[in-house]
Amino acid sequence: MADGYLEKRGFRAWAFTLDHKRVGVMYLWTTLTFFLVGGLFAELLRLKLMTPGPGFISDKTYNVFFTLHGALMIFLFIIPAIPSALGNFFIPLMIGARDVAFPRLNLASYWIFLAGIAVVLGSLAGPMDTGWTFYTPYSAKTGAAVTTLSFGLFLVGMSSILTGLNFIVTIHTLRAPGMSWTRLPLFIWGMYATSIIQVLATPVIGITFILLAAERLFGIGFFDPAKGGDPILFQHFFWFYSHPVVYVMILPAMGIISEIIPVFARKPIFGYKAIAYSSMAIALAGFLVWGHHMFVSGMSGVAAFIFSLLTFSVAVPTGVKVFNWIATLYRGSITFESPMLYALTFIFLFIIGGLTGPFLGSLGTNVQLHDTYFVVAHFHYTMMGGTVMGWLAGLHYWFPKMTGRMLNERLARRACLVMVAGFNVTFISMFILGYKGMPRRWAEYPVQYQTLHIIATVGSWFLAAGILAIMWNFWRSLTKGEIAPPNPWRGLTLEWTTPSPPPADNFEVLPTVTDWPYSYGRKEGRE
Amino acid sequence: MIPYPTDHGAVSKVSTQVDSVFLFIAAITLFFFLLTQGTLIWFAFRYRRRKPGHDEPTPYITGNRMLETLWVVIPSILVIGIFVYGWIVFDNIRTPPPGAAEINVTARQWLYEFRYPDGASSVNEVRVPLGAPVRFVMTSSDVIHGFYLPAFRIKQDIVPGRYTDLWLQPEKTGSFDIFCTQYCGTGHSTMRAKMIVMDEPSFRKWRSGGRGSETGPMWMKGKALIERYGCLGCHSVDGVDRIGPTFKGLFGRKVEMEDGKAFFADESYFRESILDPTAKVVKGFDPVMPTYKGTLSDEDIAEIIAYMKTIR
Repeated sequence: MADGYLEKRGFRAWAFTLDHKRVGVMYLWTTLTFFLVGGLFAELLRLKLMTPGPGFISDKTYNVFFTLHGALMIFLFIIPAIPSALGNFFIPLMIGARDVAFPRLNLASYWIFLAGIAVVLGSLAGPMDTGWTFYTPYSAKTGAAVTTLSFGLFLVGMSSILTGLNFIVTIHTLRAPGMSWTRLPLFIWGMYATSIIQVLATPVIGITFILLAAERLFGIGFFDPAKGGDPILFQHFFWFYSHPVVYVMILPAMGIISEIIPVFARKPIFGYKAIAYSSMAIALAGFLVWGHHMFVSGMSGVAAFIFSLLTFSVAVPTGVKVFNWIATLYRGSITFESPMLYALTFIFLFIIGGLTGPFLGSLGTNVQLHDTYFVVAHFHYTMMGGTVMGWLAGLHYWFPKMTGRMLNERLARRACLVMVAGFNVTFISMFILGYKGMPRRWAEYPVQYQTLHIIATVGSWFLAAGILAIMWNFWRSLTKGEIAPPNPWRGLTLEWTTPSPPPADNFEVLPTVTDWPYSYGRKEGRE
Repeated sequence: MIPYPTDHGAVSKVSTQVDSVFLFIAAITLFFFLLTQGTLIWFAFRYRRRKPGHDEPTPYITGNRMLETLWVVIPSILVIGIFVYGWIVFDNIRTPPPGAAEINVTARQWLYEFRYPDGASSVNEVRVPLGAPVRFVMTSSDVIHGFYLPAFRIKQDIVPGRYTDLWLQPEKTGSFDIFCTQYCGTGHSTMRAKMIVMDEPSFRKWRSGGRGSETGPMWMKGKALIERYGCLGCHSVDGVDRIGPTFKGLFGRKVEMEDGKAFFADESYFRESILDPTAKVVKGFDPVMPTYKGTLSDEDIAEIIAYMKTIR
């Protein structure tokens, strides 16, 4: 049994590797760690929220914990989780290349990412209590280490830009002979759209962090009304990045789903072009809707009108993808191995996340629901129910390829069910809480809300149990799993044509592509 | 059971309109929920592989122009409908009728001060008459705060350095919650106020009668001040330390500072802590209390100290 790319061992073989697969694996370990740490903070928050008054952690500590939960999950897990880990590993494999276009830059991105994390952890000396949104003037006034943290996130953002740039060049220049844009796997389309957003939007948050630091260090007053600045300006800058970035989070996950559904339904993907172009449409429209986070901030009626209208334009391409996935199932021959189970769960949860969007996009109802638990629930249905499920679907799908081992199917399926049950209990409760007026980021709350909070907390225990079971399965299968064949799911994308795990240079002979990767089912007129 | 802060029935025309938009969107999304989840589950069940290990022959379908056009066009029309309806109601939420009475609101960490046109003011409690339009003209003296009236379905951020506004026309008497919805620091979740809607006669009686002229022992006035000025959001009177130290037994006790120095909590200490709260912070607490300089008069402070002495 060959160890493929995993053959060389030792610190130097990893730390100085130019192999995109190893870089991907390092990203995977790093982001996975912060997923678990961020999750731990979530569980502590839920424990506190079982009682309406002061709890076992002080209100100040609660504020620090929800900030850390948000900041770690967003910046150190969910943004890099799929692009930097799975993207790094699979873009070259799926387009038939030996590596990314700039392997050294790729390694540099990872080390910049690590440096950013080190600085972020350094900021724990003055724990952040601003929320992950850093709204001024509070973030300019608080005694927490905002400057340090924003420098750390600046580095993380730089890593994100370099990775995005690398991927764009890779996808343009290193596709195997015969792989035209219409034969590109949909995961690559998703990654392409994502990379464009990363390159174009991330500099804006970098600049915003610099302005915030300048405000704190030199008292310049970009955002301070006493000096002629405007605190709302910060919100515009912040969301100009942070809204597009939700598509950095979701588009790669959608790409994964578009890969998995055809394989397990044994059907060609329905509406390939619509899915590919809708990724690009979402990426583009995503740049024009940031103002919908600010409808009650005091923006003008005209701005609210335009931002609400544009926001609804994102709903249509998103809906198209869901319709296409469901249509792919039609007359298929469907099996429910764990990757497919997670992919179907993604669709199920993402529909709920998507359909609760119009309540927030519509101005009439946004005013009531803004900054309540309704937003929290909607966000978690799309990001956890969407991105995290897509990420887990991808991990279950590609685990055999990455490690050369199969996962324990039974455990994977059971863990999925427990997690999804817990997830729904937790976040449906939050939809109701939000509709009943419970504001977000409240450490204490009126007693009427307690029952629903307790239900949400109990649900979160099942959610955590499911996640831990999944992690246990990954850990155990690394050494105890059955040896994986090159193509356990009978997929047609190129990564399945190499051994599991792939050799260091990916392909013995670079493949030539003659067909798109979704030729499942009986072709009429051909063969 | 206490009703949720949102559940006070039809308290204004606007709140009823917002609820109709909600129902309108709920009806459309429920339809799509049933359609998509139903089809998803039905297809997954109907087209499951029946013989393990053998693919059933599957057709080579890569798209369907008619279907794909339909599911772009129909949702597009529906979301435009949702947008237009939402915009119309939003316009009503934002446009106060001419002649609305104005109440100024100044928010700060972590309380709301209300000022009426006649110069009277109050903290964390605002009274408005039934049936008449009222416009809140709001600003903040520190960070951004929120002003959310769940029962009325309306909300507006309060921003330092500018005025934002919010109006309502209550059609029901009662006491309604006001919540801060924009994260503003340690005491964010204790930043709550009440809006009391009174019928016209009692409102007039309340306006003309007795504000600020209550008689009674000093400590009782102090107690009323403590309650009105939101002190209890951070300080308890039952011995439990919250964001700040408890008031119970505080007067006359020796308190230790972060730097190891200790003081007796006497009259001067209380006065200093009210006017310059970060000067001497008790060990284990954060210097987060806002100053009450200009808010509380010398008499007020004396009354509060009188009350402190009674909490043993």
